[in-house]
Amino acid sequence: MGLKSYIKKNAYYDSVVLMQVTKELKKSEDIKEVIVGMGTPLNKELAENLGLLTEDVKATTQNDFFVSLEGEDTVDMDQVLTRITALLNKKKTSGDQDYRPATLKSALKVMPEANLALFSIPGEYAYDEVKKALDEGLHVMLFSDNVTMDEEKKLKDYAKEKGLLMMGPDCGTAIINHTPLAFANVIKPGNIGIVGASGTGTQEVSVLIDKFGGGISQVIGTGGRDLKEPIGGTMMLMGIDALEDDEKTEVIVLISKPPHESIAKKILERVKKCKKTVVVDFIGGDTKMIESYGAHPCISLEDAAQKAVAVAKGDTPKDFTGFTMDEGAVDEMVEKEVQQYSSNQKYLRGLYTGGTLADEAMMILSESMEALYSNKPKSPEFKLADVFKSRENTVVDLGEDEFTVGKPHPMIDPSARGERMKQEGRDENVALVLMDMVLGYGSHQDPAGEMIESIKEAKATMASNGGHLTVVASVCGTEGDPQDLEATEQKLKDIGVILMPSNAQAVKFVDKIMKRIS
Amino acid sequence: MSKINELFDSELRVINLGLESFSEELKLQKKEVVHVEWRPVAGGNKKLRNILNQLG
Repeated sequence: MGLKSYIKKNAYYDSVVLMQVTKELKKSEDIKEVIVGMGTPLNKELAENLGLLTEDVKATTQNDFFVSLEGEDTVDMDQVLTRITALLNKKKTSGDQDYRPATLKSALKVMPEANLALFSIPGEYAYDEVKKALDEGLHVMLFSDNVTMDEEKKLKDYAKEKGLLMMGPDCGTAIINHTPLAFANVIKPGNIGIVGASGTGTQEVSVLIDKFGGGISQVIGTGGRDLKEPIGGTMMLMGIDALEDDEKTEVIVLISKPPHESIAKKILERVKKCKKTVVVDFIGGDTKMIESYGAHPCISLEDAAQKAVAVAKGDTPKDFTGFTMDEGAVDEMVEKEVQQYSSNQKYLRGLYTGGTLADEAMMILSESMEALYSNKPKSPEFKLADVFKSRENTVVDLGEDEFTVGKPHPMIDPSARGERMKQEGRDENVALVLMDMVLGYGSHQDPAGEMIESIKEAKATMASNGGHLTVVASVCGTEGDPQDLEATEQKLKDIGVILMPSNAQAVKFVDKIMKRIS
Repeated sequence: MSKINELFDSELRVINLGLESFSEELKLQKKEVVHVEWRPVAGGNKKLRNILNQLG
């Protein structure tokens, strides 16, 4: 075994592409550890943690490309580099052979009638590039994170001045004129418009609107910080204005984590004046306040979808708190699971890829569960000391930074969740695992398929220890999505996963089991 | 009509900078998209970048 490294000065490659190349190389039997990346402080830290930080790598700057590996003496670095070049070229030519301009300006020469720029470049470069797009009169969707609050404020104020959308930063979901952008589902056209500050929350509401027979006019993403005080809800307010003037939109749905109080008031003042009916889900926020401004408050993402569809069809919206199926049948299912546990099985593990879905799970569960550990708990005393190790009742959001350093988001690459599933299966005190399964554009082509072996192994481990592992999931996807919804659901059912029609119902089902066994 | 409402009534034409998969998925939907082979201006050198940005 030995360390080998290679440096190429002033060569830039996309970080996600390099992560994929690293993943491919790791499959080689003679390579123990490898990192392929740019010489950023983060990558150097990763290299150090993996024992791959050679003096050469230490000396790189963020403009330099490096490969560092530990492997058998037989590993030939030239062969590895040839393989990397082939992988990089494969990534480059996997699409068609269209001309690829190098700058936004030259892209506009190819497509002068362009109307939206979608950015997923490293956040530190985003401000300058987005500013250029707004200068050119383009609407912007900014998927990148690591953009400062000050930069966000400047960009949004500038976009407002120009009357343009500036969705983001960290905006994962939008559907403009029925085109899903980044992470979004294929939703039937209809009369419900959404402005959402929570990515997978917006996906869940739009998917459930589709399931309940409704449809979508537009989905505008704002980025998660839009309703924080320094930003002031600029993009949500512009979204409401635009949807109010949009002929195809009859109902407006607003989705966000609870905003800063002054911003909540500002948004609700605008809602009060809106000519169209507005359904508001400030996830876990003050429902009475929303009601006092004449909007329909919601108690879950599913409730938001139910209410929006009811209003869109001219019905009176009612709170939806229960289950789609008969509650007696739900209780029978609960009983069947409970009967199979051994006496030491008492804990829940929630393994989420969708951040808002994890938030919703914690919100519902914490109503009756005092101690719920997480990497982003409601109260700091329940923060996991080691996020890679669950404790008692735990819900983790695997899309948070601590899990995605040097790896793609788990909605793109679910393999880390598979490993975590197996780990939970080895803990004899665990009774059940709760998880989401997000389909749609942007997501992995077969997220269920990727989890099957891990779920089977976790269940088998638990059974061999004399217990029974319950796995409960909900699929956030529609029949129109590029993944096959029916096949996804069937695959999960075939291995004994209990599927519920929404995240809220999956969590409530789990809550019923927990109340029986704790 | 506001520019955002004009966008709602238009066919989406996208310039994609960053993740290539976003371009590929738009193409799968038969949407018009140009993928920019994006690199940091001035190789990421902040000082040089600022000067170049000011020059436009």
